[in-house]
Amino acid sequence: MTEAAVNAPEAKSTNTSSAQLETMAWDSKSRRFVLLYLPLCCFLIILLFPFYWMTVTAFKPNAELYNFAEHNPFWITSPTLDHIRMLLFETAYPRWLWTTMLVSVCATVLSLFASVLAAYAIQRLRFKGSQYVGLAIYLAYLVPPSILFIPLATMVFQLGLFDTPFALILTYPTFLIPFCTWLLIGYFKSIPFELEECALIDGATRVQILWQITLPLAVPGLISAGIFSFTLSWNEFIYALAFIQSSENKTVPVAILTELVTGDVYQWGALMAGSLLGSLPVAIFYSFFVDYYVSSLTGAVKE
Amino acid sequence: MSATTAAPVWTKMRPKQGALSRLFDWKPFLAFVCLLPAVGLLMTFLTYPLGLGIWLAFTDTTIGREGIWVGLENFIWLMDDPIFWSAVFFSVFYTGVATIGKFALGLWLALLLNQHVPFKSMLRAIILLPWIVPTVLSAIAFWWIYDPQFSIISYLFVDVLGWRDQNIDFINTAWPARWSLIAANIWRGIPFVAITLLAGLQTIPPSLYEAALLDGASGWQRFRYITFPMLLPILAIVMTFSIIFTFTDFQLVYAITRGGPVNSTHLLATLAFQRGIQGGQLGEGAAIAVSMIPFLVFATLFSYYGLARRKWQQGEGND
Repeated sequence: MTEAAVNAPEAKSTNTSSAQLETMAWDSKSRRFVLLYLPLCCFLIILLFPFYWMTVTAFKPNAELYNFAEHNPFWITSPTLDHIRMLLFETAYPRWLWTTMLVSVCATVLSLFASVLAAYAIQRLRFKGSQYVGLAIYLAYLVPPSILFIPLATMVFQLGLFDTPFALILTYPTFLIPFCTWLLIGYFKSIPFELEECALIDGATRVQILWQITLPLAVPGLISAGIFSFTLSWNEFIYALAFIQSSENKTVPVAILTELVTGDVYQWGALMAGSLLGSLPVAIFYSFFVDYYVSSLTGAVKE
Repeated sequence: MSATTAAPVWTKMRPKQGALSRLFDWKPFLAFVCLLPAVGLLMTFLTYPLGLGIWLAFTDTTIGREGIWVGLENFIWLMDDPIFWSAVFFSVFYTGVATIGKFALGLWLALLLNQHVPFKSMLRAIILLPWIVPTVLSAIAFWWIYDPQFSIISYLFVDVLGWRDQNIDFINTAWPARWSLIAANIWRGIPFVAITLLAGLQTIPPSLYEAALLDGASGWQRFRYITFPMLLPILAIVMTFSIIFTFTDFQLVYAITRGGPVNSTHLLATLAFQRGIQGGQLGEGAAIAVSMIPFLVFATLFSYYGLARRKWQQGEGND
């Protein structure tokens, strides 16, 4: 139901006396332009500009970067790969990418495993007090990392995990499991219970039912939870900043901020190239699974 | 309920199974095993640290030294600390202004996207980008946009439009730095708000609007008496999440200003990091982090009542 379509009959019936008003109401094209396309374009430009600026800066030679008088800053006259080459061959960037990938994948697998079982138990086994466990897990999602990182840092130190990827692999599930569990509870809810009853009658065990019936049907939910966990782990910052000290174990977001920012002169070209390369994996990943992202984002909120 | 109670009756008629598989079919055991990994991980790395953090707040622990119980000393110390109070003020101010901005603009964007627009799904995908990209990396881009010398916004206003004679000061004095951080936070928050509210908008039945049209409701009335009340439950939940994660924000401030200039843009989280991890005063850092808890409890209660209202609206019982 569009604004214009809604207004047209109204205008016809009520404003017949005023010719000017009628033309204004009928003039739906310009009205739509001002009320819809213009604001939408502004939103798009503002939301995308930092990425454009990041990209432009990453491929600009230093001479152009700091000389607005002779070069139009919005465009590149002689693009260069210098910043990216420097990043890949003169810093430990590939190593940081690899660490981030490893940590994200391991944390995601661990969280998915724990969440699938927990969501199945809460939604399908329906033991006494299962809804309280569900509520407790929901509340766990509301505990932000900012109030946990200091005690976690002391724990990580005492466990001897400080400065190892395991510190991150084990702590990331604290915010991934609540999210995934809630998402999967919603998905399991949508799978008809009758299917499981049929399987029970046919003599399947509970484990067989979970493995052969519920899980295959919940694959879209698993994909949503998986890609979301991966993105959240990739983007995580405060734990990685607090628990990792040596340069080679850092994740990309932390390393760019702590290793590439050196001295008083910021290497903006390299910084932007690093940000761009660090964003690309998630952005590519995202472009393949847009619908899953949207459904998990909205699904998790709606549950 | 009948389905679950009927199940064990049938299991007895099955062919004989091994002890292990019968154990796994025994519901209490299975439920226990299924919950063990999730609950175990959360207990170890969430509940225990939460308690430990509260305990640390009452000790004088530093890095490398076990602390002793000092009672409320850390909090009393913080009460006299102007930097702590400035962080409290900025946390509240930052959360308040950024939340209002995010929700006003996000709701507007959601309403725009709810109309018939070409390439709608592609637009939706593009709009979510700022939320997908690691916050720190987009914050670094903002840092570069806010550069005192080579800011592109300054260039636009000074050289292209000629509205100003000198570069805009974004992050080198207290108030401009605060507003710049809030702007970056709003930029990052709009997509999440817009996409979740759009999902809420799409669940509103069109028949309500048709009925309102027949009754002669204006565009504003339709928004005020249909869209807004129907959106309120999801709005309450999204807002709770947004408030909690804005109040405890760390990345944006740490990446762009690191709490400067002269500690004016510290949030409680960045101050806790500076004192606790960088300064080594774990006890004091924990006390700052713990002082965020009352606020979070308040926000959670807000969420709870939002949820309760939603169930009531849908006619569901409290299952």
